[in-house]
Amino acid sequence: MNKTELLSGIKSNLGNKVLHWHEKSPNRIYFDINPKDIVDVAKFFYNHKKARFNIASGVDTPKGIEILYHFTLDNVGIVFSVRALLVDKKKPEINSIASLFKGAIWIEREMWELLGVNFIGHPELKHLLLDDAWPKGQYPLRRDYKGDK
Amino acid sequence: MATIIPIGPYHPLQEEPEFFQLHVEGEKVLKLDIQLGYNHRGIEKLAESKTYDQILFLVERICGICSTSHPMAGVNAIEDLGNIVVPERALYIRTVICELERIHSHLLWLGLAGHFLGYNTVWMWAWKAREAVCDMFEKISGNRQSYSMMKVGGVRRDIPKDDVPEYLAAMDALIPTMDMFKGAIMDDPVLHARLKGIGVLTKEDAISYGAVGPIARASGVDIDVRRDHPYAAYPRLDWKVIVCQNGDIFDKTVVRLLEIFESIKMVKQALKEMPDGSIDSNPKELPIGEGIGQAEAPRGEVFHYVRSDGTNRPTRYKVRAPSYMNVATNETTVVGETVSDAAIILAAVDPCYCCTERMAAIDRDTGKTILTAKDLLRLCREKTEKIAKQFRR
Repeated sequence: MNKTELLSGIKSNLGNKVLHWHEKSPNRIYFDINPKDIVDVAKFFYNHKKARFNIASGVDTPKGIEILYHFTLDNVGIVFSVRALLVDKKKPEINSIASLFKGAIWIEREMWELLGVNFIGHPELKHLLLDDAWPKGQYPLRRDYKGDK
Repeated sequence: MATIIPIGPYHPLQEEPEFFQLHVEGEKVLKLDIQLGYNHRGIEKLAESKTYDQILFLVERICGICSTSHPMAGVNAIEDLGNIVVPERALYIRTVICELERIHSHLLWLGLAGHFLGYNTVWMWAWKAREAVCDMFEKISGNRQSYSMMKVGGVRRDIPKDDVPEYLAAMDALIPTMDMFKGAIMDDPVLHARLKGIGVLTKEDAISYGAVGPIARASGVDIDVRRDHPYAAYPRLDWKVIVCQNGDIFDKTVVRLLEIFESIKMVKQALKEMPDGSIDSNPKELPIGEGIGQAEAPRGEVFHYVRSDGTNRPTRYKVRAPSYMNVATNETTVVGETVSDAAIILAAVDPCYCCTERMAAIDRDTGKTILTAKDLLRLCREKTEKIAKQFRR
């Protein structure tokens, strides 16, 4: 199976879950999904396509909190970045994928403390990098975070 | 009696301060708690206020051992963002630097592992061999560590042709030393008894934790960024990915040991076949967009994500080091093993774990110290000695 067939197969499998598909280069695919579909999409990549979960990147943007879940198909050398936009910045929430694979446990804890995203169903949302005494409601990777200046 | 053994968090030799709490009953480890963040420096946040050129110096300071892995992933990410073409010669120089780093990093780990097991001769010899590599780095870049070689579009310094024979000779001289290590480790019945079947990470767990690098490869997961997501000059070189199946400490050692031979081969080939020409394409601008860079560090895949709004500073710079995925695997590998094996199991992940001096076993009920750091190191070495005696009979 060549890359084009593989990609069109993935696209048709995901169906209308894909809101916007962008092939930046042959090895870098970005696509947007509705946040409610994240568990299904993660299941598809991890269980069905046997993809490796690299990591997730949380980004604070003017439109909301974006989470990019990076999955890799090492046998063909393609990185898929699944983008979920959480519009409500006051209370950003998304379902946890930590029950699917253990590699997501730490990064969800990290995004919880640094960006203030609540991961519904995470087994243990507690501080990973910051101290337990870190003030509540202060999220260092948010744009409006001013530090203790 | 439930007992918690705290390990860490600080030690000058440790690459990343971490705090392990071993829950033990008698000799047996029941559970492991890992706490991170003791050296969190806010590098991702800091990167948002730096220019792309400055960021490479910043990320070079993430790791004190494999210092070039992060700049390598960084240039890959920024070049992916801007679709920047890099001159061939620069790609070869990048490969030489990255592979030399793998050699010195693996030798450093080998020495420390020997030290933990009471094989102090291995420690001294491995670090002696590592010196030759650090000397090469000094001659190439001016620094034994943090070489500042990577630059968006190329490399900062050339490797003069006149110096190449000297480097080739240094690599050749390393081969007999490595052969000696190979024999001493792979044929040693004591090490077999001490390391085989200990601290096993199953293939399923390696995949679930997203383990990378030698940890994944020792558990039969055949992944290597250098082959799967080609960068630098790797696709042009003749080498193979080392994979073992058992996932125990012995296989983790074997993977690293054999990788050193592959690295020596690659450095020699790259030095010999390096084409002439420019070492820098000098890109001036970056577009709006995003980029992903991967690089195979000695400990596994480094992953960088960068987002640009078209200015000279990124709006987001995400870094994922390999130990972020690998250290978590200790949660399963150490459970069910004995306290005397804990030091080497946690060390086998190669987080440059050396906080043995900070170990102390405390009775949870009375708060009284029952085992000191020295005791634990002694336990680890006594087990080796005990096994060695059986073989001497």
